[in-house]
Order: sequence, then C-alpha cells, then structure tokens
Amino acid sequence: MDINALYSTKGRIFDVQKFSVHDGPGIRTIIFLKGCLLRCRWCCNPESQKYEVQTMIRNGKQETIGYEATVGELMEIALKDMPYYRRSGGGVTLSGGECLCQPDFTEALLHACKENGLNTAIETTAATDYSVIQRILPYLDVCLMDIKHTNSSKHLEFTNQPNERILENAKRLANDCKELIIRVPTIPTFNDTEQEIYDIAKFTKSLGTVKEMHLLPYHRLGYDKYIGLGREYLMGDVPSPSKEKMEQLKKAAESAGMTVLIGG
Amino acid sequence: MARFDSSHIKKSERIEKLKDALYEKLPQIEADRAVLLTQSYMETEGEPIITRRAKAFKHILENIPITIRDNELIVGSATKQPRSCQVFPEFSFDWLEAEFDTVETRSADPFYISDETKKTLHEVYKYWKGKTTSELAYSYMAPEARLAIDHNIFTPGNYFYNGVGHVTVDYAKVLAVGYKGIIEEVRAARAGLNFGDGDYVTRSAFLDAVEMSCEAAITYSKRYAVLALEMADKERDIERKRELLNIANNCVGALENGSKTFWEACQSFWFVQMLLQTESSGHSISPGRFDQYMYPYYKADIDAGNITREFAQELMDCIWVKLNDLNKVRDAASAEGFAGYSLFQNLIAGGQDIHGEDATNDLSFMCIEATLHVLLPQPSFSVRVWNKTPHEFLVRAAELTRTGVGLPAYYNDEVIIPSLLSRGLTMEDARDYNIIGCVEPQKSCKTWGWHDAAFFNMCRPLELVFSDGVDNGVQVGVKTGDVTKMKTFDEFYDAYKAQMNYGISLLVNADNAIDVAHAERCPLPYLSSMVYDCIGTGKTPEQGGAVYNFTGPQGFGIANMADSLYAIKKLVYEEKKITMQELKDALAANFGKSSLDEEQIKAVTEQTAIELAKQGVKVTAYDVQKIYEQVKQTASVSPMKKKRYEEIHEMLEAVDKFGNDIPEVDAFARDVAYTYTRPLETFKNPRGGIFHAGLYPVSANVPLGAQTGATPDGRYAATPVADGVSPSAGRDTNGPTSSANSVAKLDHSIASNGTLFNMKFHPSALEGRSGIESFVALIRAYFDQKGSHMQFNVVSRETLRDAQAHPEKYKSLVVRVAGYSALFTTLSKSLQDDIINRTEQGGF
Repeated sequence: MDINALYSTKGRIFDVQKFSVHDGPGIRTIIFLKGCLLRCRWCCNPESQKYEVQTMIRNGKQETIGYEATVGELMEIALKDMPYYRRSGGGVTLSGGECLCQPDFTEALLHACKENGLNTAIETTAATDYSVIQRILPYLDVCLMDIKHTNSSKHLEFTNQPNERILENAKRLANDCKELIIRVPTIPTFNDTEQEIYDIAKFTKSLGTVKEMHLLPYHRLGYDKYIGLGREYLMGDVPSPSKEKMEQLKKAAESAGMTVLIGG
Repeated sequence: MARFDSSHIKKSERIEKLKDALYEKLPQIEADRAVLLTQSYMETEGEPIITRRAKAFKHILENIPITIRDNELIVGSATKQPRSCQVFPEFSFDWLEAEFDTVETRSADPFYISDETKKTLHEVYKYWKGKTTSELAYSYMAPEARLAIDHNIFTPGNYFYNGVGHVTVDYAKVLAVGYKGIIEEVRAARAGLNFGDGDYVTRSAFLDAVEMSCEAAITYSKRYAVLALEMADKERDIERKRELLNIANNCVGALENGSKTFWEACQSFWFVQMLLQTESSGHSISPGRFDQYMYPYYKADIDAGNITREFAQELMDCIWVKLNDLNKVRDAASAEGFAGYSLFQNLIAGGQDIHGEDATNDLSFMCIEATLHVLLPQPSFSVRVWNKTPHEFLVRAAELTRTGVGLPAYYNDEVIIPSLLSRGLTMEDARDYNIIGCVEPQKSCKTWGWHDAAFFNMCRPLELVFSDGVDNGVQVGVKTGDVTKMKTFDEFYDAYKAQMNYGISLLVNADNAIDVAHAERCPLPYLSSMVYDCIGTGKTPEQGGAVYNFTGPQGFGIANMADSLYAIKKLVYEEKKITMQELKDALAANFGKSSLDEEQIKAVTEQTAIELAKQGVKVTAYDVQKIYEQVKQTASVSPMKKKRYEEIHEMLEAVDKFGNDIPEVDAFARDVAYTYTRPLETFKNPRGGIFHAGLYPVSANVPLGAQTGATPDGRYAATPVADGVSPSAGRDTNGPTSSANSVAKLDHSIASNGTLFNMKFHPSALEGRSGIESFVALIRAYFDQKGSHMQFNVVSRETLRDAQAHPEKYKSLVVRVAGYSALFTTLSKSLQDDIINRTEQGGF
C-alpha cells in the first residue's frame, strides 16, 4: 500500500492505554477498537461492543465513547514509548472490541507498526472469516486469542455467538501465526468447573503449537460502566473466583499438558 | 562460572537484635561534645582558628564517653544512647535553646532532652553568644538577602545553622596507609615549607592542625581497643569474649597503620564515618563507592580463606545498622525540610571504573543484600546504571525496590558523567563519581561541593510578579510593573525572569556570606586530612583546598511553574478566557476556597499561629495580624465572585499539564527550568567555584509549600508544591511512561547538582519475574532518554493510610521521601499526606 494511504487510513477507537504489561510481551501500548460481534455477559468493556459512538456517564460526567483516528495519529502516540518497547521487547497490542471487525484499519495499523519496527499483538475472539485473519498475518507477531468454551450452545447462550467458526479458526491460526496464545476468561456460572477448563486445555493442546494458555479470572471492574451506559449488569453479584479456585483450575488445565499462567 | 556470586546470603540473628536495640526508645540529645568543645575553646582564646579546631577535636576525642553496644561487631558510638545526637554550638545554638521544651513533642523528628542536659547546655551556650558561624554569616549578608529569606523566597537554612558536610572522603587512603601514612605526608609537606614563604604561617599552622587531628583519631580508636579488652575480660560468654578480643585487635592498630583484613577495613571505615560527624554537624557524609574501595580487602580474605562470604555479609550488615546509630537534631523548620531523622549517608554500588569498564563486583551485590537484610533508612543506598550494567544486578536492585523500602535510587552514568565533564572534571574523575546526600554527584576525595546550599522556591517570584515585587506590604522583589497592564505573554514572562534573576542574586549573596563564615570560624582540619589537595595547598576545604569547588542550591516547584505559566499563556493571553485582573483576584482569594464568619476567621488565625509556633516559628503580633488579614480576605468572598473564582479554577485545571508527554507543555517546562538553572551558573563562590543548580526539594516542598499562596496551575494556597522534577501530584494521568517521557524532556545535564524524579508504584505492578523485567525496562528506557535519577515508592495507598491510622502496626515501614528514605511513622502528617497523594502508577 502507498505509505500516505496507509497512514491516513481511519478507524474508530475508544481508548489508548500506555504501559500495559499483561497483554503481550514487554511494555506495550494498547489501542482499543470499537465494535465487537460477541456480547459476552461478563465483558468488562461494555462500551466497546457497539460500533456506534455512545455516551456513558462516568464519575457523574457524560463522556463520549468512540472517536475516529488515523493510523498516522495513533502511530505518533505509540512511538512516544519506543524506548520502552526497545528495552522490554514490547510494542503495540490491538484490543477492543474486536479489531477484526475493522479489517482495513487493523491491517493498516499493524502494517505501520511493522514499518516502525514494533512488535505487534492482537487480542481477538477470532469470530470472523478466516480470509480477514489472513490479511493481517504478515504483520502480526503474537495472537492472543480467546477460547471461552468448547460447548457451542453454552457459548451461544453467554456470548450471543456459537463457537464452531472460532474453533476452526484456532486450528488454522495455530499453523499460520508466528505465536498463538490461548486466553480463557474464567467466569463463574459459565466455564469455571475443572471439567470445562480441562476441555479447553485439551483442545488447546491438540492445536499442537500453542505454548502458553492464560486463565484470566473474572472481575467486576466493568460494573460501573454498565450503569453508566444505562444497561443491566447481567452477572448480578457473582463474586470473582478466589486465588485457591484459580489454582485448582490451573492444575486442571495443566493436567491436559498445557503450560498455564493465571493472568496475562 | 557465573560472573558474579550473587546468591542470597542468610541473615544473621544478630542483625535483628541490633536493630531492636536501636529503636527501643526515642533518640535523645547529649551534651558531652558541647561541653568538651567549649572547655577547649575557652582555653585557646587568641590562637589561630585552625589550631583551636584541632585542639578542640583532640580534647573531645580524648574525653568523650565511649561505649560498645551489645552484639556489635563494628564499634564506635558518638553517643551513649543509641540513635542519639551530640550538639554543635559552634554553628548555631539559639534555636535549640528556644526549642528545649518543644523538641520532644514536635511532629517532625522529636528528641528527648533531660532537664540536666538542658541545664548543662544552657551554661555552655553562654560562651557562644556572638561566636557562631551563623551569627557571622548573618552579619555578612546583604540586608536585601535577609529580607528575601524572611519572606521565604529561598532558605539557606542548612549551612546557615549547621556544618556543611556533603562530602565523600578518601576512605581508601585511610584503609591503605592509615593515619600514620597521612601524617607522613603532612610532615613531608611541612618539611617543604620555607620560613620566608608568604603563606608559611597559615600553612604550617594548618599542617600542624591536620597532624594533631589524625593523632586524635588514632587515640580514639585505641580507647576502644582498651574498652573492648576490659569488656572481654569480664565477659562470661565464650563466643562474645572472642568477638570482643577481635574488636580490640581491630581497633588497636588498623586506623593507625592501615587495614589488613576485611573486618579491620570495616572497622576503620566506620571510625572515619563517625568521626567526620563528630568534628562537624554537616550531614550527607556519604560513604560513596563502598563496593569499590572495600573490594580488595574482601577479595584478599576470601581468596586466602580467612573469611566466609556469610561473615563478610554480617559485617556489612552491622555497618548498615550502625549508619542508623548516628543522628542529628535540627531546628523545627529544618526538621520539616529534612524529615525522617535522616543523615543522607549515600552509599552507591555498581557503575563504571575510571577506565570506563563496568565495575560491578560481588560486593555490589552484597550491598543490595545488606540493604535487604537491614531494611532501615540508612545508608541512602543507590546504584549506578549504564549501558553495560549487568542485567542480573538491576534485577536484584529491582527486587529490593519491590520490598517498598524506597531503596535503591537509580542513577544514570550516561547523563551524569558528561554533565560533570562539562563542569571541568577530568574524564577519570567524572567516571568515578558517587552521589552525595540525596542526588548530588561529585568526585570523591577531591570536591567541596556545598551541594545543599539552599532551597529556592520558584513559585514565590511568580507571586511577586502579581504584586509588583511587594510581599505583605514590603518591597521584597524588584518592581516589574502593574501585572494587569502587561500586554503580551512575553512581557509577563520577562517580568517573571526579572524576579527570578533578582531572587537568585540574593540567594548567591546569602550563600557566599555563609561560605565565608565557615571558612573563618569553622575550618575542619580532620576532614582536610582526607580531601585532596588540602595538604598540598595548605588550606581546608572551606578555605578552597579541594580540587573541585561548587555551590549547589536547589530549585523546586518546576512543575507548578511550568503549569502556571502555560495556563497564563493559554487562558489569559491566547484564548482570553480570563483577564489578568480576574486571575490576580482569584489567586489572592485562593479561588474562593473558604468562606468563614468573623468568629471562624479568628479561630483559624489562632490555630494557624499556634501551629506555626509549634513548628518553632516565631510568631509576632504583626504576624498574627497578617494571618488574620489573609484568612479574612479568603473568607470574605461574595457568592458571585466565589462562583467566578471556582470557574477560573476549573479552567486552570483543565489546561494541559506537565507529565503527560504533551510536547508543547513539556518544551515549555524545559524552558521554565532554565529560568533557574541558567542565571545561577553565571555566579561564583568565594572558593573560586561556580554555582550550579540542583532540581530537588528533599522534603521541603511540603513546609515551603505551606508558605506559598495559590498558583495559576490551580494549586491551592499552603498546599505542597511539586517535588523535584516530578510532575505535580496527581497531574500525570497517562501512566508511568508518559510521566517519565515528560520528565526526560527537561535538561538534566545543566542541573549538575542533581535532579530527582519520584515515582510511586502499586506493589502489583512489580509482581513476579515479568513485573520485575518490565520495571527494569522502564528504568533503562527512561535513562535511554537522558533522565538522570529515578526512585520509587512501592507501597499501596491503602497501606499508607492504614499506617497513618495505626502507626503502632507499621513501626518498620520505610518509604521514599525525596532523595532518601525514612520510617513512615516518624514523618509529620502533612508529609505523610504528600507521599500518599503522589500519583500511583500501576501496570495495566
């Protein structure tokens, strides 16, 4: 692509976060893209789900969520932290929302990152056509992909999407991607039994190339945002899993032969 | 084989026992030194001052009570009671006499003082009236400078009332040749003098004084040898008896003839360290590159199989505890500015050698280990970082940071070495730098750096712009005209610079007056024996005998000034959303923050006066009236005006702030820092050296902030100003990398007396190996961008709040204050609040 066209590609994001140390290697800048196909009940960024620009009340003040940004503008922000990436092996992570819902923008962003020598990662549900994923693979170093459940109907019930295409994409990504890490949001009432986690780990193991699996414990930090958006918090007062519980689940996943980290 | 033996070493049980004994009770003030000093001075009236100083030092060391505390392996105590202090009436005394009855109950650094000691000191002080360095300094100062001090434009308090200190002496030489070797050098110099030399009289008197001081130190160490033998004789415990015999052996000859073993070297090191702090009350006597000059003794003993690594560590741990046994009582206001009983004995590990090779060794790791074992505020432990610093060394340092002890501080060779070169040091000397006190770099053994010359409050000249140089009815600054008539921002900025330049010239005047007073009244012959080239030049450091001479006063409030001037530029001159008159009124009314009735105004006035008195500030009837008027002005705001002031405050708050990696604001901050650093370096001190700026406040940003009105960055009156080069507390909201990027954009090289960047991390940010790796990368990346210094508090806000509420549970909680750490619970409430309010960085 022509370099000017690349840098002037526009997309819709809702946040940029510096000094992220849990979403890919080293110190990273995360760009949060707006819009997602899934509607996970536990989602801690509910303002990310709709592509449309929204207003949300935070700390008593109305905030506009979502704005247009060009690749060039975002690179300028991301490159400010170049010394930190260089020293830590870090770079840029695209999160969301779901970055694959804005494929042109995502491709251009990742491409620009590589032009500037940055390590790239995406956090994705991979709920898309594989052809979309193929477009970005040349510019992608690390794919942090969620697998939330192996049972499709339960997946559908809690996320509004079935999982067949996701699991299929995982198999292909395992072959095609430089590094694939599987992440499992560990959600009470949804997938927090040893059996369910074991099943995900077993599937992950069967992918052959995945070195690490991350269990991300459910937290309630998104609660205020639901209220701020005038939405109901569907998780009710389900508490976060205890440390002991997470250790148990970690063991269950390890018994399938995976290397498991709690948190990112 | 691994490059370093960096494995952890088990802590000896002795260390906790030593620590417990140290903190059993409140430190106390002892009178022995003051009495002996005065006796000697009375007998030497009329003799040369250098001779009198040496004779007094000798008299003190021959007669001051000595003690060996339980479980000690390294001995030598300046006081009978642990962690207590002697007093130094030759520098100043009236403040202590005035504070006799409050010193035990004051909020910052209280000391116990017995009635008997009060009585003794009261008698002693009669002699000193009119004879102190501070009285002489005051009489030398221009009246305009005194006025500026009275109006809190700057404070030269430290050296005004105390000894100078702030030096690293030639420990290596004492360890190698002993004082006998130094005496030989002195005699050789004396032999080279000719009776007809123009400076024969001063040189010969000086050299005799140096020799007498060295003899006194030898005598003192032998007194300890005798005491240890006596104690060994009575000791029943076989193990302790053996220890005491060893101690006697270490004290009998090593200080005189040079050290052969590591234990002897540790003992001699300690005698030097504590005796320097007996000769003068100057603090920041910094051990410097301990890992370098001690290493030959360690290596020889290890190679010969004379010592185990464990025992060597135990000895180092003992020194680390011992460094907390020394103490100093300061006047109430200074105690606020240097809170935490700190003596700022900076000890540094790692870095490069004089040839530019990495100098990290096994002892560098053991220095980290000692700090980890002892977990006390002293020594102010630092590490040098450069491109070739071993990764494992930084990882180990980061693990120490993670404990929350606030240590070590990290220093960047890649900025400091060129910065010192630009100040005239040779390449070899610059590479061999260490840190003095908080953050001040110098070449050891060759520098009289006057590193802590003053605090200059950069916010006060801005207040003077608004008042045409008038403060509380007195013309303190220059006349820069009616602020409301200034047409352009440049005109306004020039007025600020004019006030700055004038204030800086007065600061120089005050410092030079104090400098001369020290040279005339308190030259230090013992110190002279270990600073090059005093013996060669025949002068003490105070008289210009050192190779490198500087005066380093600190500017602070940069973030406030950068944010304030930027807000004025934007809102008053560019966007014209506020008129200058409105801003002036809003500042005077403290943004309409309080609204009180007459009775409340009186109550607040009274309370303020009492509070000030408690802190040792003399409050006159005139002051009370001033406070009353100030409170009244703040309180008597009409609701309509109040609303507008609040609007103005909100607008000011909303302007972009320094610390968020915004190029325009940061470039502006860089320029604002130059308003202090550039004029300063055009001035000279009486020793022939230049003034150069530091940008750090110790803990003075809190008490001096209390004397500062509201500022146009939205800061309310009497609240702390920003510390060091850090962004204002809570203003850096874009995470640690943005904050560090902004700070790195300041010119750290020109501030060759040191800059200080505080960061606070939540413990979760350093969890696990990956947390440590990110943390190390953060330091490296800040240093890649030419930041000079970094330090961290790793303790959660909740923990600090809890410690405030339940101090009894947190007796050993050590936090980073400024260029040093202190026990949190010993700090005053306002300083505690300031630390809690610093922006806390987490990992996302």
